[in-house]
Amino acid sequence: MNKNLKNYIWVILFVLFSVGSYFIGFKPGLGMYSNFNEFFIEMISFIPFLFIIIGLFDVWLPKEIIEKHIGRESGIRGIFLVILLAMLQAGPLYGAFPVAYVLSKKGASVRNIFIYLGAFSSMKLPMLGIEIGYLGIKFTILRTLISLPLFICTGFIMEKIVGSNFNIEEVST
Amino acid sequence: MVFSNTFIFGLLTGISLLLSFILDRDKTFLGLKKGGKMLFNILHPFLNILILISIVLFFIPDPLIVHYLGANSGWYGFGIAAFIGSITLIPGFISYPLAAALLEQGATYAVVAVFMTTMMMVGVITLPLEIKYFGKKAAIARNALNLVAAIIIGILMGWLM
Repeated sequence: MNKNLKNYIWVILFVLFSVGSYFIGFKPGLGMYSNFNEFFIEMISFIPFLFIIIGLFDVWLPKEIIEKHIGRESGIRGIFLVILLAMLQAGPLYGAFPVAYVLSKKGASVRNIFIYLGAFSSMKLPMLGIEIGYLGIKFTILRTLISLPLFICTGFIMEKIVGSNFNIEEVST
Repeated sequence: MVFSNTFIFGLLTGISLLLSFILDRDKTFLGLKKGGKMLFNILHPFLNILILISIVLFFIPDPLIVHYLGANSGWYGFGIAAFIGSITLIPGFISYPLAAALLEQGATYAVVAVFMTTMMMVGVITLPLEIKYFGKKAAIARNALNLVAAIIIGILMGWLM
């Protein structure tokens, strides 16, 4: 309960501020609240649905199955699978570094690891869902289609730069 | 726009739920629980960012955004977007409301695409952490390549949207 209270402290303060603004007729406060109201309705109108879909994805397509097939000899199929694997993840990019370490330990090629990072940062399914909701389907599809060849190229260039015997360090956090 | 989102996502969710439920009832409940938990985890950072945007946008007049990030901002707008995108550490999903708000206030698609892509793919603040994992050479090379990729994405998006 205490932790929840701490997490929502800004929300609580903002609600109090808005209610206060309403009672004393503080115009800037009301303006901010009306901004917030608009954003909140926009968000609540699709985000909960999205997370139901993400949850279902998670139970029906376990990531462990894919991880076995992205080794050094995996070719185009490996690239495809590593992108699929990345798309099923969630969280910020720095959360992908430990995963990259685990993948390299399991024998993934250098190229595939950097393709993984590229796909992770720009093609995660939960994120694409939110992107469609906020920026539209056209923007999302175009951006994804342009990004895809660029980060596959990045993977190949990175392999050239660091060599295929590149090692990722284990970092204890 | 709000209701078309609700309709599309609601329909998709309904179909997925129904299919999943017919195939496996227990898995469906597990999925709902997982999704609910993830939603709960992002709810407070999401609400906080909405509050922050609400307050900041109140103080920044639209013409200022149009001037610096709008159609006539050129490379200058790209530069600002790339710089801010590279140094900020807002999780991708949270930055979308901000991107949508910027678009609404007059920023161009190209600038927003650069902003979003650098935010997602380039991390100056997390560079020390990245160096620990990949070493200096690989970490710097990856960020530099992604910065170039972001600019290319911005240019193409501006041209295609």
